[in-house]
Amino acid sequence: MIEASVDEPLLTVRGLYKSFGAVQALSDVNLDVPAGQVTSLSGDNGAGKSVLIKCISGILEPDRGQLHWEGKPVRIRSAHDSAALGIETVYQDLALADNLDIVQNMFLGRERLRRRLLDEDSMERAAGETLAGLGVTTIRSIRQPVGSLSGGQRQSVAVAKAVMWNSKLVIMDEPTAALGVTQTAMVLNLVRRLRDHGLAVLMISHNLNDVFSVADRIAVMYLGTIVKDDSTSNFDRQSVVEYMTTGGLGVKTDGPSADAGAVEHGHD
Amino acid sequence: MATTDPGPPGPAEAPLAPETGNPIEGLVDPTAAPAGEAALVPPEIVAQTMREYIHGAWLRIRGGESGMLPVVLGLIITAVVFQIVSPHHIFLSAGNIVNLFQQSAVFMVLAMAETFALLLGEIDLSIGYVGVVGAAIAVQLVQPVTTNWPWWAAIIASLLACALIGAAQGTLITRLRLPSFIVTLAGLLIFNGVLLIVLGFGPFSGYPTLTGPSPNLHALYNLMWGHITPAAGWIALVVIVGAMGLNLWFRDSRRRRSGLVAPPVGLTVAKIVLMAIVGSAVVAVCNVNRAAVGKLEGVPWAIFIVLGVLGAWTLLLHRTRYGRYIYAIGGNPEAARRAGVRVGSIRTWAFALCALTGGIAGLLYASYLGGLSNNVNGGQLVLYAVAAAVIGGTSLFGGRGKAVHGVLGGLVIGAIYNGMYLLGLAVQWEFIVTGGVLIGAVTIDAVSRRGSTIGGAAAGR
Repeated sequence: MIEASVDEPLLTVRGLYKSFGAVQALSDVNLDVPAGQVTSLSGDNGAGKSVLIKCISGILEPDRGQLHWEGKPVRIRSAHDSAALGIETVYQDLALADNLDIVQNMFLGRERLRRRLLDEDSMERAAGETLAGLGVTTIRSIRQPVGSLSGGQRQSVAVAKAVMWNSKLVIMDEPTAALGVTQTAMVLNLVRRLRDHGLAVLMISHNLNDVFSVADRIAVMYLGTIVKDDSTSNFDRQSVVEYMTTGGLGVKTDGPSADAGAVEHGHD
Repeated sequence: MATTDPGPPGPAEAPLAPETGNPIEGLVDPTAAPAGEAALVPPEIVAQTMREYIHGAWLRIRGGESGMLPVVLGLIITAVVFQIVSPHHIFLSAGNIVNLFQQSAVFMVLAMAETFALLLGEIDLSIGYVGVVGAAIAVQLVQPVTTNWPWWAAIIASLLACALIGAAQGTLITRLRLPSFIVTLAGLLIFNGVLLIVLGFGPFSGYPTLTGPSPNLHALYNLMWGHITPAAGWIALVVIVGAMGLNLWFRDSRRRRSGLVAPPVGLTVAKIVLMAIVGSAVVAVCNVNRAAVGKLEGVPWAIFIVLGVLGAWTLLLHRTRYGRYIYAIGGNPEAARRAGVRVGSIRTWAFALCALTGGIAGLLYASYLGGLSNNVNGGQLVLYAVAAAVIGGTSLFGGRGKAVHGVLGGLVIGAIYNGMYLLGLAVQWEFIVTGGVLIGAVTIDAVSRRGSTIGGAAAGR
């Protein structure tokens, strides 16, 4: 484990509110994301997970609340702001161009130039080093088009693209949702590598197997708020499911499920 | 791993066990590189030897990713068929081959123009007429009895006009989000009208010609019909093939030395040798005296103009940020936007470059015709250009294609045009055959695209 986790969390969220018209998507969200740890964000559909990460990555602006980055209060109003802080988000659609190769995708928008022409050699070397550092070794050639990669490899490329830019926090939205067993294991290994490199990882996941296999901390969302945020060792499967479905209010399992649907915001 | 997992170890726990250098390595089934995946990876980036390369290329062709193979095969078949059926087997005579190059030059350049639009997943139906309008401006400006501009100034003015027209259409398409098909269809009509207006100026009754003693008229006429001396042709060949060959050789060997992805030595050598052979063949054929009476020999300027456009646009598309962004937008506009690419201005510029290149084609066409008249069919030209680009291997769906595809496709269209003419077949057959070839090319494009999606999904398992 990395020692950085002991002191100040990299990102703290305090009292975050966000509503869409009459619908309260987030209410009084508090969350700590420490460096060098994997924080899993779990919760039922419509619990507000996607809204929360969009607020952190600057796609949405919260109505109220504080974000602290390395102890200092910050306002994140655009994807550009979050990138400047070192926050990179890997969305489910991965945002890769299938017709471009791996190097071209990893440097898209930030190409290196030499005498006004693309410096392919230097970009290829840097991309290769990043992938090797992440232990991504199953790719036949770094110059193959992304369209020819498997789902797990594509996810790896998207993550490598995110970590290339000295990012400190990588947010991943359902990284294993579309993957088979082998590919899932590959991506989870990648998540561990990020943590071992001292990065903070905030990972949305539905899959409790994945959560328990990589997460150091689990934050459970229920109806727009975080009902439990603790070290993984203080959870078991049963308790996570209980927090996800009832907010931790004991045995009451049927009641709030009707409301849960109302907070749905086009989570994809 | 500090997690204490109270639950039963799920199947995903297993990979944690080997804490060796590369835990991921162990997860991969060594047999998991299926033929489907191999087919999607260009062989030159994974092959270490020529044998591997040929094997990889073969797998790729079988997997439906045929690259430039169909167009090269198409060219060979066209050449063989027309050689057999043409009267006195004249099709592959030196004179006719040069003639064919000159007829194809317009299609080649126009197809390279269209490539800019096609790479974005758009289409530009107007460049036929826009290019001819540009040419008409140049032809009018150099007329000695009216404006008498120097030829270079007229060419600059005409290309500038084309670029402005393209930028205007591009602005409508990107800023107002109008479909490019409709905007440029309107452009096709509008610039047909504008052409008639431009041709109407001056005392030429709508038929300004490039014949006459003026050096400026002569310069424009020579774009297509001028040629260099046989000796200069050989010198040009040595210079061009030498420069490109050295460039290729040093780049590949530098990349091999630094351990970067590079083709096998044999492939680099093969490419250079192929360039030299094709180049020598072209120069040799062009240096044969092709006049029935007197002397007419040497490489036409038109070939150098086509090569110049090809070189410039290949450099732009593959070695600059701008070109990279065109491919990115064609592949996944949303990814490009999120990467901070200014998608709107890249697309607008692409339409401007498309029209500018169309202007170069227009100048070649005016030179080919020795002037311009109001029965020039720019609508048909642009359809041939789209056909040439697609036949050459550029995808209609965006993101895939190269300038060189336009050149090869233009050669196929030119060969059909030329061959049918030699056979004395009426124009209706030329239309029907060209249309059929286009359908064939689009079918290959669509089917290979579907094949690669299925292959991608299969590789994901």
